[in-house]
Amino acid sequence: MKRLASSRTPVLAPLALLALLATPGAGAAPPPLVTAAQLRVEALAATCAQCHGTDGRAEAGQPVPSLAGQPHDDLVLKLQAFRAGQKPSTVMGQLVKGLSDEQIVAVARYFSGLTP
Amino acid sequence: MQRRQWIRAALAGGLAPGLLAGCASAPEKKSLATVVVVGGGFGGATAAKYLKRYSRGSVRVLLVEPAADFISCPMSNLVLAGMRKMADITRPYATLAQKHGVEIVRDRVTRLDPQARKLTLASGTSLDYDKLVLSPGIDLMSDRIEGLATAQEAGLALHAWKAGPQTTALRTQLEAMPDGGVYALTIPEAPYRCPPGPYERASLVAAYFKKAKPRSKVLVLDANADITSKGALFRRVWQELYPGLLEYRPQHRLAGVDGKAGMLRFEVQEDLRADVLNVLPPMRAGEIAVQSGLANANERWCHVHFLNFESTAVRHVHILGDAVQAAPGMPKSGHMANAQAKVAAAQIVAELMGLDLNPDPLLMNACLSFVDETRAMHVASVHRYNVPTRTYMPVEGAGGLSAAPSEQEGRNAVAWARNIWADMLA
Repeated sequence: MKRLASSRTPVLAPLALLALLATPGAGAAPPPLVTAAQLRVEALAATCAQCHGTDGRAEAGQPVPSLAGQPHDDLVLKLQAFRAGQKPSTVMGQLVKGLSDEQIVAVARYFSGLTP
Repeated sequence: MQRRQWIRAALAGGLAPGLLAGCASAPEKKSLATVVVVGGGFGGATAAKYLKRYSRGSVRVLLVEPAADFISCPMSNLVLAGMRKMADITRPYATLAQKHGVEIVRDRVTRLDPQARKLTLASGTSLDYDKLVLSPGIDLMSDRIEGLATAQEAGLALHAWKAGPQTTALRTQLEAMPDGGVYALTIPEAPYRCPPGPYERASLVAAYFKKAKPRSKVLVLDANADITSKGALFRRVWQELYPGLLEYRPQHRLAGVDGKAGMLRFEVQEDLRADVLNVLPPMRAGEIAVQSGLANANERWCHVHFLNFESTAVRHVHILGDAVQAAPGMPKSGHMANAQAKVAAAQIVAELMGLDLNPDPLLMNACLSFVDETRAMHVASVHRYNVPTRTYMPVEGAGGLSAAPSEQEGRNAVAWARNIWADMLA
């Protein structure tokens, strides 16, 4: 049987190499499809999706707010207030206690950069 | 059938729009790699979608799942209690193809050859993979309880622990039960799928009886020494809402079932008779994992490297969800399977692209249980990867329980279901 995507790991190496070679202003080299840093922040932000929807876009008509496109500082302040117990909640305050300051800023930056 | 032929058949058979919409992964265009996902539950469906997202469509993703529609276990206790319809907890898999370019293979895996990286399907087709994501769910070990397999074949002593036809059948039995009858629910020793699920089920069946047949009784027969999740909360709810209607008995390890006589036999305690038997058998990882030698934790659950959920038994096979030998405090829940799937998907894409793996992935969990038609309560936890122990540890100070069930959490539970179903499939 012919393997359609016969690209076991070695085939990927050239692409990874391209990614490494891509420097700002190099022009010719295409940007990498995705970086390790992007994957990290997206996987972190995805811990919100079960309740707030993929990319923070919640299903319409539900009591849980959408996060996509909310202002960065608002998100940071709200998350910090939930974590400090200053903003009442059922489960949010308990979950956000699992995030560090850096993680709060990272998810806020991610969601604020998306279109609502 | 050769794979190319299969794809032609699939294209002819109506999958074309999905494949074309996800043209980055259309078979004509060369993909970076092929990842096959087995099982379309909370783990598998989420993994399929997020592998596409994280790889920006550059990885070819096939989802092997026999059913056309996903039916959710969370919320299915509401169907048993007559408060929701099956349609309310059913969502199509087709959106994964149409919106994300996942190729859906409606089939079942019969054999896994991890050395050749090949799967054989029930139809006789075989699939090659670069990476395999196995989200096989649970296998119910009915043979461990004398008479149970026979009783289940006769439609007696149903489990309804995989939402689907048994959910409907058990609902019918509850409706047919006369007022004054006894519904008995037996719970196996932990770990089992959905720790608070049996107690939610007992509560909701009691809510139904209270309204429709108030002389009836819910009898909860638990193999465990005590309620395994949200114990104090459930105890209080039962006292307040269902006194005399719901009775909880710990330390009842089921030994045998006589379906026709409606009899339950226990290892230590006295035999019992009930009108409707609902037996949750002991559980283990889904059959394909066990038969492939991946269930290397007591031949029941699958040990994984928690950084990327790769099996400790073989390379290139990543295992998700209830089948996994859990880390400390990690529940076998749909929410957790969905969370694991995203971590695994990101790490698989990183590995395929030659990128560094995320050194400290994070998992969150929230399980909401209804106590009546409108009110719910939660248990939540956060799990952070711990480098020295190479496992996840619950984050101290994070997570917790509801103070009490509330209508607000009932609405949140409905929202949770709708959002997580969309997160997996839409």
